[in-house]
Amino acid sequence: MSIQVYHLNAWYGRKQALYDIQMTIPFRSVTALIGPSGCGKSTFVRCINRMHEELPNAHAEGEVLIENTNIYASAINPIAVRRHIGMVFQQPNPLPHYSIWENVAIGARLNGLASGKALNEIVERSLREAALWNEVKDRLTLSAAALSGGQQQRLCIARALAIAPKVLLMDEPCSALDPISTMQVEELIMKLKHEYTVVVVTHNMQQAGRIADTTAFFLHGKLIEMGETKQIFSHPQRRETEDYITGRFS
Amino acid sequence: MSSTPKASERPTNPFQMPSTAHHVIRQFSNALCIAFAVLTAAFAIIVLLYLIIYITLQGLPFLNLSFFTELPGAFGSSGGGIGEAIQGTLILVGLASVIGIPLGLFTAIYLSEFGTGWFSQAVRFMVDVLNGIPTIIFGLFAWVLIVIPTHGFSALSGGVALGIIMIPIVARTAEDVLRLVPQELREASLALGATQSRTILQVVIPAATSGIVTGIVLAMARVAGETAPLLMTAFGSTFWFTGVMQPVDALPLRIFVFTDSPYPVQINQAYAGSVVLVVLILLTSFAVRWATGGFKRRF
Repeated sequence: MSIQVYHLNAWYGRKQALYDIQMTIPFRSVTALIGPSGCGKSTFVRCINRMHEELPNAHAEGEVLIENTNIYASAINPIAVRRHIGMVFQQPNPLPHYSIWENVAIGARLNGLASGKALNEIVERSLREAALWNEVKDRLTLSAAALSGGQQQRLCIARALAIAPKVLLMDEPCSALDPISTMQVEELIMKLKHEYTVVVVTHNMQQAGRIADTTAFFLHGKLIEMGETKQIFSHPQRRETEDYITGRFS
Repeated sequence: MSSTPKASERPTNPFQMPSTAHHVIRQFSNALCIAFAVLTAAFAIIVLLYLIIYITLQGLPFLNLSFFTELPGAFGSSGGGIGEAIQGTLILVGLASVIGIPLGLFTAIYLSEFGTGWFSQAVRFMVDVLNGIPTIIFGLFAWVLIVIPTHGFSALSGGVALGIIMIPIVARTAEDVLRLVPQELREASLALGATQSRTILQVVIPAATSGIVTGIVLAMARVAGETAPLLMTAFGSTFWFTGVMQPVDALPLRIFVFTDSPYPVQINQAYAGSVVLVVLILLTSFAVRWATGGFKRRF
C-alpha cells in the first residue's frame, strides 16, 4: 500500500519546519527527497516514523496514513509505530558494545518477533538482504565497531530489515561513506525496492537520478514538486525545481 | 637561466620575523609564558612526589605482615597493627557504596536523559552545592540522623555519611560520561521502537560503562580518605568489626589517633598507615582503569 500524507506540519519549538505537506509515496519503489540544506527533507522523513518528536521541543501535526492507519491518530503509540518502520541514519550507528549478530537481532527481539532458531534465521536473512552476510558470516560474535564504515551502514540496514518493516526510511544513508560503499548501498536500495517501500533523503541529485523512481523536491519547508524522477530532472514543472537541479542555487 | 638578482633587488624574506623592539618583546613574553606554565606544572608534580616519597620512606620500614593482621598495641609499645582499620575502611566504603552509587547514578541518568527545564537545573545546582559542602557537615547530618536516635556511634552512621558524600561525585562524573554517548546511538534504539528506559538500560549505560566505573572508583577513593565525618559517626575502635550498629575503625581515623600520640612508635605507625591508605587508593584506581580499558573511548 502506498503511504499518504495529508496536511503535515512540523515545528522545532516555535520555528515551523514543514508547511502543509501533501504527498503520496508509492508502494514498493524508491522515493528520493531532494532539496537544499534546511529545506525540511530530513524533518519530513523523521515524521513518517514519529522520530521527529523525540527531539527537544519538536512536534508535528497532520495525517500520515500507512496501510490506511493514521499514525498521528491519538490512539496510536509512537513506539509501536517505530517497530514497523525501519530507519537508517546518516552516520552509521551500530551499537558498539553489541556483536554483529546482536545488532541485527535487537529489533526483532524488541518486537518479540522470534527467538532461538527462528531469530537466527531472521538475522541471516536480513544480513543476506543487506548484502553483508558473506562478509560477516564467520565473525557474527565480533563487536560491530570492528566493521568498516560501509559495512556498518549495511549492518544498520540489516538491523532495520530484521523488524520486517512496512517502510524503510533512509536519511542521507551514503553521505558518510566512500564512493565504493556508496555504490554498494545504492545497488542494495534498488534491490530492496522489490520488497519494501523505500524513502531516501539525499543531497546528491545524481544519486536521486540513479536510484529513485519518484523524486520530491523540498524548499523552505514546502513540497515544491513531486513526480517521476526522469520528469523532475528533464522537465521540471516549477521554476524553483529547475533552478535547483540546474545548480543555479543550492 | 637568469642570474641571481643583486642583494638590493632581492625581495626581503617574507618568513623572516622582523627584529623590531615590538617583536622581540612578543617573543620574549611568549617564552616567559611557556616557562611559567612548565614551572608551575613541575611544582605541582614535585609536591606530590615529595609527599609520596616522604611518607614511603618514613612508613615503609614499619610495614610487616603483623601490621596488616593485628590490632593496635598499647600506646608506647612497639608491635601491633592496623588490621581493624583496614577492615573498617573496607566496610565503611562498602556501606557508602550501597547508598552513594545507586542514588548518584540515578541522579546522573535523570540529569542526562530526562532533565530539561527548571527542575533539572535546580537539581544540578544542588548537586554542585552538595559537592562543595565541607564533609564534616555530612558527619553532623548522620550523627543527628542515626547516632542520636540509636544512642551510639556505629559503622552504619559512618557509611551513611560517606555515602551522601559519594552521591554528588558519582552523579556529576556519570552525567558527564552519559552526555558523551552519541545521540545517534539513542536514536538507533528509539527508531527500532525501544522505550526510553530500555534505551537507557541497554544502549546508553553500556556505552558509558567505563566512564561510569571510573567515576564510581574516584568517589570511593575520595571517601576512603575522609576523616572528619567519621569522628562523630564511626568513631573509631581498637577491635575487630562486630556489627553495623557498633563503632568501627577506619584507616584515616587510626592515622589521626596515632599522630596525636606522643610516642615515636605510634608516629611511625601513622606513617606506615598512610602508606597503606595511599597504596590502597592508587591500587584501586589502577585496577579499575586497567579493567575498563583505561580512558580509551569506544566512539
